Amino acid sequence: MLAPDVVTALAHLATEAEPAGLLPARQQMALSLGWHIVLACFGVAFPAMIFTMHLIGIRRKDPVALELAKRWAKVSAVLFAIGAVSGTVLSFEMGLLWPGLMGTYGDVLGLPFAFEGLAFFLEAIFLGIYLYGWGRMPPKRHVLMVLPMAITGVVGAYCVLAVNAWMNAPTGFRLVDGEVTDVQPWAVLFNLQTFVQFAHMWVGAYMLAGFTIAGVYAVGMLRGRRDAHHRLGFLVPFVFASIAAVTQPFVGHVLGFGLDERQPAKLAAFELAETTESPSPLRLGGVLVDGEVKWSIDIPRLGSLIAMNSPDKPVPGLDTIPEADHPPVNLTHLAFQTMVGIGTLLAAAVVWFWFQRRRGRDLLERRWFLRFAAAAGPLAVIALEAGWIATEVGRQPWIVYGVMRTPEAVGDYTASLWWLLGISVVIYTAMTVGAVVVLRSMARRWRAGEADLPSPYAPEHASEANR
Amino acid sequence: MSLELAVAAALFVGVIAYAVLGGADFGSGFFDLTAGSSRRGAELRTLVDHSIGPVWEANHVWLIYVLVIWWTGFPESFAAAMSTLVLPLLLALLGIVLRGASFAFRKYAATLAQARLFGIVFATSSIITPFFLGTVAGGIASGRVPLDGAGDRWSSWLNPTSLFGGVIAVGTCAFLAGVFLVADARRSGQERLAEELRVRALVVGAVTGVLVFAALVPIDRDAPTLAAGLEGRAAPLVALAGLAGAVTMVLLWRRRYAVARAGAILAVAAVVSGWGVGQYPWLLVDEVTITDAAGATATLQGLLVAVGLAVVVVVPPLAYLFRLTQSEEWSRPEH
Repeated sequence: MLAPDVVTALAHLATEAEPAGLLPARQQMALSLGWHIVLACFGVAFPAMIFTMHLIGIRRKDPVALELAKRWAKVSAVLFAIGAVSGTVLSFEMGLLWPGLMGTYGDVLGLPFAFEGLAFFLEAIFLGIYLYGWGRMPPKRHVLMVLPMAITGVVGAYCVLAVNAWMNAPTGFRLVDGEVTDVQPWAVLFNLQTFVQFAHMWVGAYMLAGFTIAGVYAVGMLRGRRDAHHRLGFLVPFVFASIAAVTQPFVGHVLGFGLDERQPAKLAAFELAETTESPSPLRLGGVLVDGEVKWSIDIPRLGSLIAMNSPDKPVPGLDTIPEADHPPVNLTHLAFQTMVGIGTLLAAAVVWFWFQRRRGRDLLERRWFLRFAAAAGPLAVIALEAGWIATEVGRQPWIVYGVMRTPEAVGDYTASLWWLLGISVVIYTAMTVGAVVVLRSMARRWRAGEADLPSPYAPEHASEANR
Repeated sequence: MSLELAVAAALFVGVIAYAVLGGADFGSGFFDLTAGSSRRGAELRTLVDHSIGPVWEANHVWLIYVLVIWWTGFPESFAAAMSTLVLPLLLALLGIVLRGASFAFRKYAATLAQARLFGIVFATSSIITPFFLGTVAGGIASGRVPLDGAGDRWSSWLNPTSLFGGVIAVGTCAFLAGVFLVADARRSGQERLAEELRVRALVVGAVTGVLVFAALVPIDRDAPTLAAGLEGRAAPLVALAGLAGAVTMVLLWRRRYAVARAGAILAVAAVVSGWGVGQYPWLLVDEVTITDAAGATATLQGLLVAVGLAVVVVVPPLAYLFRLTQSEEWSRPEH
């Protein structure tokens, strides 16, 4: 398509313009954000599920529900601890990796973070009260201590999404001769785009946490543990996940409104629209090789219908956008379709489950459904990660869309920044292994009949070990 | 008080709160590390676990509070400090991550071997973190962070002020933790443990006190602006730190543990405030003042709204949490 000399010139420009620290910084951010986001979902969604379970236990005087709530509280203690520290990593990295962004726009985008900090504060306080309050407070007051966490999860997620929405659709300032002026921080906190983006993430968090927790009990049932404990442990999170899963396609669709105006390059990448076609097809799969779409399954008209809400309005193609403003198209497209595909599958599956249940058929008796339910958690994780990849990679080469390019934001680092990524991979792997080992050992001990999990280094235990 | 100064004051309140409350949690790692073998140290490690378990995450949020107010209120100076002091900040971050994760893992570890591994990581990282955060403070206070962020990435924190800052941070954390743990041990009726901790807290207090005042000598040459502030405007705070520290030692000696906690808090808060007042009006010493570093006015006003909201919605539950942890029901062992 392009003449060879233009390609060479562009390649030269790319190597010249791209700081050595850019790629490792982006990978570092992707790793730490991608890891934290899973735990953040638990932080947002788990408290409401614990609250429900605990309330069922108190209302019905149901010891099974109370025991489940108590165990979930202990699991959340582990998950929230590593969630808190991995979130701190992100706070540091905002400044360490992206000083250009924070130095220039810190006072524009910062206020939502201040409110997020308040939400996090309350979450940490009530977590402490709730966790250590078992048996030490009147039960009716104790159960209420988990409720603030469900609310702060909403506030915290909203605030973080406000910053991300701002990066996608910057507002609340003016650029005059390269200087940021007329800063209106409240406009960043309360812009309309934030609300829809938040709703998408919030619902996604309930899907991820709900399917993952339900999946744990599905595995138990597959192994023949079909008691009241497993049925209740499955159903409560599954109800949350079900409501979220059927809501999500609509929220996602609303979020897509006007993307052709806001971020045409991102939409073109999502839809793999190299050229502007009227009506646009829906391209399933496929990659762009040398400016040509290959190996995709095209469904005519559907692209216009879904992306543009019109029978023939075209998706603006990448050829209408300067080459320098293209995001990495294939990754964006495939990540987007992975998210949509899994989301659709999960929505269909829960509709099927509840439909069958109404007809008196319990799919929990079917091994194939339990296997699917066990896989739904990891699938929801993949969908959420894919969604974030789609929106973040799709925003490139901009860190603040249309205003600041990612290379301008990155710190002054040499290629030695790759070392940091290497070390981080080791630490995150170790933390993952540690969490899995500890959580599995907790489950094992609970199955063995231990109600409380005493400190392993408590005196009586130590003397046991020495015997 | 100007708007910029009000926001800077709110930020510094966060620094003090983190140094005192977060510091006491980190300091318990020192006692955990030096508690001896699994059998000998079991009682103390259980106490550490019980003392900081309900509160460490809440206390940790003060750090987030500080970072957020800094980058929102004074963005350019934040970016500059992050760029120049990237190495100690990354090392402190490593400590923060390992401390939190391994503390949670240890509590629910299945075997003694696992608990030992997580325990060593928890205790060492609890010492690493305040040390490197102390070197960061030293770098800023000695005027080694230029506003363009292009300061030397090694000498900015490998210098006398930074190294003393790091060691003092470790010492004050351990001193606070010692005093708090003694009181906790007494409240849960572990008199023998309290006796043991009392002696160690006295030693830590003496060493830290000597370090704090010994640091004034190298600081005089290495960080003249800070030194001038410490000898001038901040001199009452330096005196207060010495006095409160000495009173705390006497109270510890006479086994008045509950009151000693107030003395320890006052002493450490005075040390940290001494640094803050000492380097006033600079935000990055010799580089940019608080007023010049401030971001947009509307944002500063917004931050004060957030801080006001924090006083209303965060402080009461925080006080409730602290009151619960000091109550009779919460002092008996779990389960």
